[in-house]
Amino acid sequence: MSAPSTADQAPRTRSPDRPEPGSTGRSRSRTARRGWRQAFRRDWQLYSLAILPLLFFLIFRYLPMIGNVIAFRRFQPGGNVLGEYWVGLRYVKMFLSDPTFWNVFTNTAVLGGLTLLVCFPLPIVLALLLNEVRARRLKRFVQSVSYLPHFLSIVIVAAMVMQLLSIDGTVNQLVRAAGGDAVPFLQQPEWFRTVYVSSELWQTLGWGTILYLAALTTIDENLYEAARIDGANRWRQTWHVTLPGIRPTMVTLLILNIGTFMAVGFEKVLLLYNPLTYPTADVISTYLFRMGFQSSNFSYAAAIGLFEAVIGLTLVLSANAISRRTVGTSLW
Amino acid sequence: MSTDASTVDAGKAVDEIIRPRGRRGIRPTRGYRVFQVVNAIILTGVVIVTLYPFINILARSLSDEAYIIAGKVSLVPRGFNVDTYKLLMSDSLFWTNYRNTVVYTVVATIIAIVMTTCYAYVLSKRHLKGRGALVGIAVFTMFFSGGLIPNYVLITSLGMKNTIWAIVLPNAISVFNLLVMKAFFESLPVELEEAAAVDGLNTYGILLRIVIPLSKAVIATMVLFYAVSFWNSWFSAFLYMDKQDLLPVTVYLRNLIAGATGAENVGAIAEADEVQAEATLKAVTIVLTTLPILLVYPFVQRYFVSGVMLGAVKG
Repeated sequence: MSAPSTADQAPRTRSPDRPEPGSTGRSRSRTARRGWRQAFRRDWQLYSLAILPLLFFLIFRYLPMIGNVIAFRRFQPGGNVLGEYWVGLRYVKMFLSDPTFWNVFTNTAVLGGLTLLVCFPLPIVLALLLNEVRARRLKRFVQSVSYLPHFLSIVIVAAMVMQLLSIDGTVNQLVRAAGGDAVPFLQQPEWFRTVYVSSELWQTLGWGTILYLAALTTIDENLYEAARIDGANRWRQTWHVTLPGIRPTMVTLLILNIGTFMAVGFEKVLLLYNPLTYPTADVISTYLFRMGFQSSNFSYAAAIGLFEAVIGLTLVLSANAISRRTVGTSLW
Repeated sequence: MSTDASTVDAGKAVDEIIRPRGRRGIRPTRGYRVFQVVNAIILTGVVIVTLYPFINILARSLSDEAYIIAGKVSLVPRGFNVDTYKLLMSDSLFWTNYRNTVVYTVVATIIAIVMTTCYAYVLSKRHLKGRGALVGIAVFTMFFSGGLIPNYVLITSLGMKNTIWAIVLPNAISVFNLLVMKAFFESLPVELEEAAAVDGLNTYGILLRIVIPLSKAVIATMVLFYAVSFWNSWFSAFLYMDKQDLLPVTVYLRNLIAGATGAENVGAIAEADEVQAEATLKAVTIVLTTLPILLVYPFVQRYFVSGVMLGAVKG
């Protein structure tokens, strides 16, 4: 990482006409304006490179945010993009008093919570186990294999899950071998959470270890030596040196995971669920999807989506703030 | 360190403790050897559980339908035959969709790389006025998004339904990839660009002739990241494409497993051999859709890993 002072002398700078950082004039706004004008004159080529990407963000990321106003307006397909007239909080009230909404809200929280509980700590455990492997080749082989599912399309994962859990699939072969009766896993609501979380784990476990393994290599060997001299055994070394060493990584990933907590694998649920498993499988985003595209109730669906996005944002912000206060690590 | 210690008598004891034997010193204790064995067993378990579905699907795809229905196919194909492969290969819709996937992936990746490189390069210039705002504009979208419905309304009203643009443009920049590239550009030596500027290259020249050639590794990583994500994507096509012959192969597979593929689509197959078609057909489609990724995976995997770590360095 280069120090700020070297970065100041980046190419395209013509130092003579650059305002010195310390010498802000009497009228600050005037200096600021002149600063901008100079910045443009100096760096217009750089700014020009940013135009297309900025347009992209503006059109495909920020316009939809504004588009959320249809959550407060009556929208008719084919009509005005932003809706016909204001209805205020009508749609918000609608979902707050909608029993299905509260059902899908609970499902979302439960699925998100279970995923967090299972898919967050296990990669850490796997990384620690991999870290103890002496044989380089073996280690690399295990890693390569465990990353593999990450590269598959959700559609393929869903298809594999269906094949494995079908009546003639492997899982039911095992069930029958153990003397049980075949279970139609994907038709029974009580199985959905298990199916979802385990498939999620299968797909993300290995990939989740990458950052931890990277963090593990940066831990100072001297710390282990010091711990050994103090009489720490391997378990103690792990507890007092290794885990604190990867704590920043853990916290960062935890915050990110909490941020996506409410947006539980929409695509996977959409592919795996069916009306029979709605009682446990239907989540906010799939309900929203059905409301929007099957019932053509766009405004209602947009209100639900906005609610979901706001919760997500709040979760990230608070997780970040809490971790900054307590552990001292934060995303920004 | 060990040489210092061994000179003194008392130092020998210390030396005994800290002499690195294995990576982390001390003679392995019995408990540790037990741990190593248990660890090996756990890791083997992880490998088996991860690989099993792949092998199972492959076995199914090569098996006779009757054995599958009887629940007898596990690791080895039973009643070996490749008829379903032949059937699927003869389905023109499958090939059209397969070709669509290739086209969408290539076009989308090119656009994404150009956009991401440009913006990441701009963001990497620390002296740039307004840089903080430019970063913020991108990063904020990681935590808050417009949502499904407004996006749908937008794409529809832009008239991008049933065009490649609905798939390509809305996903042209991944902020994660952007930050990885930015971190990489920031790590390049400033002096090189300064020298190029002195030699009279303008910003475009520096980017094209100095920075990009130096960044081949990271650009290759980004190409892989984007290509895989576009290859695997299905939802935007599912949402914005009404016509069968515009769909990518992922949606073909989705329709197959959802049982939504009407008679007119798998018509040829169904007529050819209805019984044979059902269960093996899904397995064969999975195999053919995954194949390209599985083929390149061993070669590109380490680039992915280094790419992710590159992003991690920045934190």
